[in-house]
Amino acid sequence: MTLTKKPESRPAAPNSWGLATGENPWEYAPAPEATDHIRIEPEYGLFIGNEFVRSTPRKTFTVINPATEEPLAKVGHASKVDVSRAVGAAHEAHRSVWSKLPGRERAKYLYRIARIMQERSREFAVVESMNSGKPIKESRDVDVPLAAAHFFYYAGWADKLEYAFPNRDPRSLGVAAQVIPWNFPLLMLAWKIAPALAAGNTVVLKPASTTPLTAYLFADVVRQADLPPGVVNIITGPGEIGMELVTHPDVSKVAFTGSTAVGKMIARALAGSDKKLTLELGGKAANIVFDDAPLDQAIEGIVNGIYFNQGEVCCAGSRLFVQESVHEPLIEKLKARLGTLRVGDPLDKNTDVGAINSAAQLAKVQELVESGIAEGAEMFQPDCELPTRGFFFRPTLFTGVSMSHRIAQEEIFGPVLSVLTFRTPDEAIEKANNTPYGLSAGVWTEKGSRIFKMVNAMRAGVVWANTFNRFDPTSPFGGYKESGYGREGGIHGLGAYLDLSANGVSGR
Amino acid sequence: MSPRAKSATRSRSRQRGAPVLDQREAQPLATTGSAGRDGDRIGVRKTYKLYIGGAFPRTESGRAYEVFGAKGQLLANASRGTRKDIREAVRAARKAQPGWGSKTAYNRSQILYRIAELMEGRREQFVAEVMAAEGVGRPRAARLVDASIDRWVWYAGWADKYTQSIGTVNPVAGPYFNFSIPEPTGVVGMIAPEASSLLGLVSRLAPIVVSGNAAVVISSETRPLPGVTLSEVLATSDVPGGVVNLITGLRRELVGHLAGHMDVNALDAFGADPLERAALEEVAVENVKRFVRPPSSGLEQYDWLAERAQSPYHIGEFVEIKTVWHPIGA
Repeated sequence: MTLTKKPESRPAAPNSWGLATGENPWEYAPAPEATDHIRIEPEYGLFIGNEFVRSTPRKTFTVINPATEEPLAKVGHASKVDVSRAVGAAHEAHRSVWSKLPGRERAKYLYRIARIMQERSREFAVVESMNSGKPIKESRDVDVPLAAAHFFYYAGWADKLEYAFPNRDPRSLGVAAQVIPWNFPLLMLAWKIAPALAAGNTVVLKPASTTPLTAYLFADVVRQADLPPGVVNIITGPGEIGMELVTHPDVSKVAFTGSTAVGKMIARALAGSDKKLTLELGGKAANIVFDDAPLDQAIEGIVNGIYFNQGEVCCAGSRLFVQESVHEPLIEKLKARLGTLRVGDPLDKNTDVGAINSAAQLAKVQELVESGIAEGAEMFQPDCELPTRGFFFRPTLFTGVSMSHRIAQEEIFGPVLSVLTFRTPDEAIEKANNTPYGLSAGVWTEKGSRIFKMVNAMRAGVVWANTFNRFDPTSPFGGYKESGYGREGGIHGLGAYLDLSANGVSGR
Repeated sequence: MSPRAKSATRSRSRQRGAPVLDQREAQPLATTGSAGRDGDRIGVRKTYKLYIGGAFPRTESGRAYEVFGAKGQLLANASRGTRKDIREAVRAARKAQPGWGSKTAYNRSQILYRIAELMEGRREQFVAEVMAAEGVGRPRAARLVDASIDRWVWYAGWADKYTQSIGTVNPVAGPYFNFSIPEPTGVVGMIAPEASSLLGLVSRLAPIVVSGNAAVVISSETRPLPGVTLSEVLATSDVPGGVVNLITGLRRELVGHLAGHMDVNALDAFGADPLERAALEEVAVENVKRFVRPPSSGLEQYDWLAERAQSPYHIGEFVEIKTVWHPIGA
């Protein structure tokens, strides 16, 4: 079967919005975001000790725009030698400068970074969308402002650590090795670097190999902020280089966000070492809709839950559980709403669903969607034009899904929603928790007591009630079970970057 | 000759001391009582069994191993637990955990306090067993037992307070009410400290169960008897069956199975041998277990009587932080 074929089922015009049928009322004129102010260098070296340096031996790889498949830049391909150089620079910076700097001074550097990111926010947003494929309205309104907010929030902690952890004499750990994914390149960078620096550590960050450009743009912010050389180092390369980095003997703290499989590899590699480790891994969130939920609101939450960032979100609401009595009207509304999603150019300000990040990821999404069809679930895709080039995939919805289907079990990491049903709250709880993951969950109901019953019963680190996919620097984020351990954000995220054992209490 | 028969012979040859129930004279149970103080009564010895799901089964292996006192005297035959016993214990813990975790904090607090009350009543017995197991004098053993009892009282007080220390209300930049609360991680495997037979065990166990976790404990191999007696206290102090399970046996036969069990959410390896830590940590990865490492300096220097050996942060090692969002609006 071909997934690129135009599906026949199209809701002509969504009558539920009370609009006339016939002409598609959702056609918009193109509204492209300007790129003339963007300067992407033809080549980026590795960022070590505040300098862009060539990798040894000199080797590069090409980074593309997933929406056009055109090359954007070449970036350095780090070797084992480069890993040691970067860790060495970070280690020296921690020893000689950063760990000795009073917290109030570290704070001011972080505030500077936050301010510069705000000043250059549009530049960051455009480059992020060009490199990752995410819609400009998301990079502009979510990723970049939240990234700046993380630095602003953690800046304030830098000189208040002893108030965060009373009786624990908090100290910095040393060099933090941080490996981040491609779905939120700049935001994940901020989640990692801001608390690390606030706690007095220095960092070596490895962005995902498909999305390093905003990290290198951030390197320029580091220079503009006059951070001491070596406090922030950024290297690029494939997964093996990430493994070299996290296992380097001079690294004291490892933070990883990515797949559960890779997270386990890292945890195994670190077994027996004294490195402190936090993992933010995969998810298969349940989004549970009760029959008393405000349906139109829930539809928006469901759409935001799974089609935000093309569904390339570890906490995406990829399993929708609908109470049987509202299944039919809800699916009808949902299909109509899907028909209004605009899929296409990430740089168009009206685009809702951009490009999948890579050909490999697109293939994975296609493979899982095919498994859904083969296993007997019923697929729906809206009838929308896809650009002829680039890695695009239609927002997809499966009904008639059973718990044993692969699309109900495996993390798809794409714009694919699996719909299941339930009758009683207990059945919803049972099904929602029946997964090795435990990152997030959603609950939709107007009944307050039921919200709290569900909130308590969900084995998940983040529960959104009557909303979904909200993030904030003050709010701890992280998983139960195989979705990882440790939290990012808030006071809890700070603890992950501190040595709290001085007072005799062990810690991970 | 089976180990059981052999040890029975040997322990008979070492009979000495006061009867069990005479608390004035501190002697380990199994070495006392065949001959009573008055010389005319045969004492009744205790069989040391496993503690699983609130019951005291013998190990499914039917095997035992000899436990010797610090002075080399045979104290008892302890059950030589197996992988299957571990699995039974995990099943019992999983079954018991939701009920224990959903009791009110006030209720859990009272139950932990009740453990202290009942230990106090058996204080002399614990002192005798700690003396025999650890080879310490009476004053030192009394201090260790008193500290163990007081530790339950201390953690009992945390049951309805740690949430307020560890939880937060988060001032997010938007119209949402946002808070983060600690919840028990679930089923926690625990490798009890080898040397500190009672205080070390209690110091690690209390912070695990106070938040609502259920525990599967692999006891000290060489000094298991005070722990078994503690399980008898737990069985009679309103702690629901299955909340604490205790397996005695040869640690090398047990720890790997507990560390690798897919239905165990966290492993407290604080009491593990630093040399076995890497292997345990590696098998614990399979289901992304939370793993609490032994102190890098080892446990020899660790002072269980010190103030720092009790901490609400230990409770924090075995909880998950759950963040909840709800819109604020009309």
